[in-house]
Amino acid sequence: MSSEKIVVVGNGMVGHKLIDNLIQHEEADQFELITFSEEPRLAYDRVQLSSYFAGASAEDLMMTSESYYQENGVNYILNDKVIEVKVAENKVITASGREESYDKLVLATGSFPFVPPIPGKDQDHCLVYRTIEDLEAMTASAKESKIGVVVGGGLLGLEAANALKNLGLEVHVVEFAPRLMAVQLDEGGGELLRKKITDLGVSIHTSKNTKEIVAGESSRYRMNFADGEYLETDMVLFSAGIRPQDELARQCGLQMGERGGIVINNYCQTSVDNIYAVGECALWDGKIYGLVAPGYTMAKVAVSHISGGDQEFKGADMSTKLKLLGVDVASIGDAQGRTPGCLSFVYQDGVNEVYKRIIISEDKTRLLGAVLVGEVEAYGTLQQMCVNEMDLPENPEALIIPSIDGDEGAGGVGVDALPDSAHICTCHDVTKGQICSAVQDGASTIGDIKASTRAGTGCGGCVALATQVMNCELSKLGVEVNTDICEHFAHTRQEIYHIVRVEKIKTFDELLEKHGKGMGCDICKPTIGSILASCWNDYVLKEEHAALQDTNDYFMANMQKNGTYSIVPRIAAGEITPEKLIVLGQVAKEYKLYTKITGGQRIDLFGAQQHELPLIWKELIDAGFETGHAYGKSVRTVKSCVGSTWCRYGVLDSVGMAIHIEDRYKGLRSPHKLKFAVSGCTRECAEAQSKDIGVIATENGWSLYVCGNGGMKPRHADLFASGLDDQMLITLIDRILMFYIRTADRLQRTSVWMDNLDGGLEYLKDVVIRDSLKVCSELESDMAHIVSTYQCEWKTTVEDPDKLKRFRTFVNSNEKDNTVVFVEERKQIRPANKDELVRFVESAEPELV
Amino acid sequence: MSSDELQWISVCEADELSPLLGVRALLDQQQIALFNVKGELYAIDAIDPFTDAAVLSRGIVGDIKNQVVVASPIYKQHFSLASGICLEDESVSVKTYPVREKDGKIQLGKKC
Ligand code: SRM
Ligand SMILES: Cc1cc2nc3c(=O)[nH]c(=O)nc-3n(C[C@H](O)[C@H](O)[C@H](O)COP(=O)(O)OP(=O)(O)OC[C@H]3O[C@@H](n4cnc5c(N)ncnc54)[C@H](O)[C@@H]3O)c2cc1C
Ligand code: SF4
Ligand code: FES
Repeated sequence: MSSEKIVVVGNGMVGHKLIDNLIQHEEADQFELITFSEEPRLAYDRVQLSSYFAGASAEDLMMTSESYYQENGVNYILNDKVIEVKVAENKVITASGREESYDKLVLATGSFPFVPPIPGKDQDHCLVYRTIEDLEAMTASAKESKIGVVVGGGLLGLEAANALKNLGLEVHVVEFAPRLMAVQLDEGGGELLRKKITDLGVSIHTSKNTKEIVAGESSRYRMNFADGEYLETDMVLFSAGIRPQDELARQCGLQMGERGGIVINNYCQTSVDNIYAVGECALWDGKIYGLVAPGYTMAKVAVSHISGGDQEFKGADMSTKLKLLGVDVASIGDAQGRTPGCLSFVYQDGVNEVYKRIIISEDKTRLLGAVLVGEVEAYGTLQQMCVNEMDLPENPEALIIPSIDGDEGAGGVGVDALPDSAHICTCHDVTKGQICSAVQDGASTIGDIKASTRAGTGCGGCVALATQVMNCELSKLGVEVNTDICEHFAHTRQEIYHIVRVEKIKTFDELLEKHGKGMGCDICKPTIGSILASCWNDYVLKEEHAALQDTNDYFMANMQKNGTYSIVPRIAAGEITPEKLIVLGQVAKEYKLYTKITGGQRIDLFGAQQHELPLIWKELIDAGFETGHAYGKSVRTVKSCVGSTWCRYGVLDSVGMAIHIEDRYKGLRSPHKLKFAVSGCTRECAEAQSKDIGVIATENGWSLYVCGNGGMKPRHADLFASGLDDQMLITLIDRILMFYIRTADRLQRTSVWMDNLDGGLEYLKDVVIRDSLKVCSELESDMAHIVSTYQCEWKTTVEDPDKLKRFRTFVNSNEKDNTVVFVEERKQIRPANKDELVRFVESAEPELV
Repeated sequence: MSSDELQWISVCEADELSPLLGVRALLDQQQIALFNVKGELYAIDAIDPFTDAAVLSRGIVGDIKNQVVVASPIYKQHFSLASGICLEDESVSVKTYPVREKDGKIQLGKKC
């Protein structure tokens, strides 16, 4: 069969998807592909457009690249609009005069923003929001503006309002209808959304019909409304809906909808058999779909039909879940309750500003739609129930009423109940069945699922649901999540800890011989090194422990991207004398180190080479510094606020307590790093509630908070006990930390550890406060042992000439590592990047530092 | 290749290469990572091809699926000490060098 020439007009999200589907097609070599784009670049992610204002570049938004098209033999012509289709000759003609013949033509021309015919709409600073060029125009205009008005309070309008807010403008939204998001929300939901958005400082003006835009008095323009009122603004952004980009189709005589849109059948064919239309320009069953997922489905259907398949487009679910100006909003199915005879349940929580409504069928067997504002956790479940027409539970109201005991998912449906055909990922059209078969084929992490099905790689909204489906299928297959730490030990970290203690094992080799196999690896060695340190507190560079340590622990410094190290001396509680500050400055200057204040109230010195570490530490130790263990899975810092000593609100000495705590636990090795903070009053300037151990002073003594963290998944600490005196506070911390070290998994922070304890916080209180396991005295004496055997590893090291040998860069030369190259930035050094390295090496420029 | 074709250069004393702890040597401006694993000697390029940093002598040594490996300390890819091939991406590898112990010295072999 000779190859078939397919011309795709428009390289937007859907046009690209269609081309990508053809590239991935098993008969890809049968197709000759050409695409035209009016825009200066290939497809980018319009859905994520607003992330541009949060720092994403045009580059970041790209969905494909010219090299990908080239590698797959796709011919693309940018910056050239197709202006004519000669249907009889199967030919297209572009603005630049280019002619191209086709066997099949696909129109994927998308839509354009509708600008209402208001006098004055064509002036400067009157903009729309659809392309990267529009973003650039908005940014430029914002620089000369203070106030911005968005015309249109729909989904896109509110997103645009957020963009203007991010650009630093005072923002107003003007809406013609009496409420926001009139298409998706009912009245109650719209009202709550309005309140929440107003609270964020965006002014909302509903039921406003703009008559004209004229010169303003205090601002650039004045918008006059039909009701006689007006609003002054410097910029106007129209977001009053979209219109299908259909002029090309109209010109060549294809059948059009009454109000625009290219009419297509279930195979996405237009009224001319070999011309297809997909995406926002296509009109199916009288409807234009303004979302990307239905467009992707059309792309799939069209590709199927082009290659002889028989998939059909049967409409699409318009449910949406969004964060608008930080407010969670979701709309599912018949959100307005337009189905005749339908019933609804409403849950409204004025205090927490949550609104939920479900619409159910007259016979109470089916969910027809839902509106959620302020809390959208139920979205996945409700959307699936609605789309798959699943049976409603007996008390449907339980679907939206929060359960009293905080038991999650009460009234929800387990993923197990979903049919295989359930769409889990609407962006990439992935069903539950496909995820299950990926699991059967060996996928066992969400990363595997993303790679093999693409679920979760679009908007990301389905990741939680996809993970649940995967886990459910894994457990059905009887796959037990393997908890062995690695191939060398068939035990969990906790089991190894117990073995080490009970059998009093002192070295890795002994443990390996008795309980493991092989030689060990970079997973089990550092884990066991840490356990041995927690139990016996030996010097980490002792001959038998040295090879267990990660490079950071071995060289007692943090390795950076270019193989140099950073040095973080302990500055307990962030308190430092001027003399010590000066020493840090002098040392940094002498060794040409980059200096920075860390997020942990300490000072980090970067860029030291291996052989310089002991020299630098010698000077630091002489000045009274100790190692800060920034390299270890160990106690890091105790942050403090200035507290009662200076602060007019402080009730206890937070700095003194923070220093006391840091001194006590410094050097303690643990399953993951440990961070503390102490605040002098409830204003909480030290952010103690985001730490593993947080202490806050009150009139009645110390309050102890546990198991919080920042980082990837921030978690607030839980109140553990209050009204504590100094002694009791320390006793409780001793017990908690030691219990954590004994029972946590490798790299499990305290928050995850506690959430995994059967009984959680209450259980921990039972063990630590009420001594339910009768282990408290043991936990305390273990801790006492560690505290009494503390040594500064760096001090021990610089005093031992034998150990110093290990820091030589080369065993046979005093030369420096020539891969380490620095350049200057803001008056300090930084590692040269790849481009700079190549340039320097080639020209041997002397500007190297 | 028979050893007579090689010129052997001593780089350090045998006892300077502790078991399982790598060291770095410089041979004609090449940075080479040396290891002693249970008496077996290995020499590979010290430069980690994923980051271009000279860090491989500073990784943890062990075995994965019966191959003796070192883990790059930066992004933790494993390299076979015998072949230099990266276990995670077999299209990537580092050079290996002839190495031996003679008269209490560790020697690297280079072609004459
Ligand atoms: C230097 C510093 C950034 C800075 O310039 O301020 C820093 C730098 C690093 N952080 Fe951090 N973190 C630093 C404060 C923080 C903080 C803020 C704080 O402690 O108040 C956080 C959030 C709080 C928390 O941990 O709960 C923080 C959350 C993380 C995380 C995420 C942990 C999590 O549970 O999600 C990692 C990754 C990890 O540990 O697995 C990380 C890992 C790292 C590593 C070790 C990454 C690496 O492997 O190279 C960085 C190396 C430090 C170095 O080379 O010296 N760093 N890091 C800060 C050192 C504080 C200190 O004096 O010791
Ligand atoms: C700010 C914003 C936020 C959005 N958020 C979401 C969201 O959260 N969820 C969601 O589902 N959807 C969202 N959308 C909608 C989504 O972006 C569209 O549904 C999707 O882009 C439609 O794809 P398309 O390929 O049909 O059209 P487009 O992506 O518009 O692509 C059409 C392309 O064809 C080109 N073209 C037109 N005519 C010609 C011609 N004659 N010759 C050559 N080229 C031509 C156009 O220049 C354009 O590049 C959002 C849109 C915007 C603007
Ligand atoms: S928490 Fe704030 S208010 Fe309280 S003592 Fe510290 S600095 Fe002062
Ligand atoms: S639904 Fe958007 S990524 Fe799956």
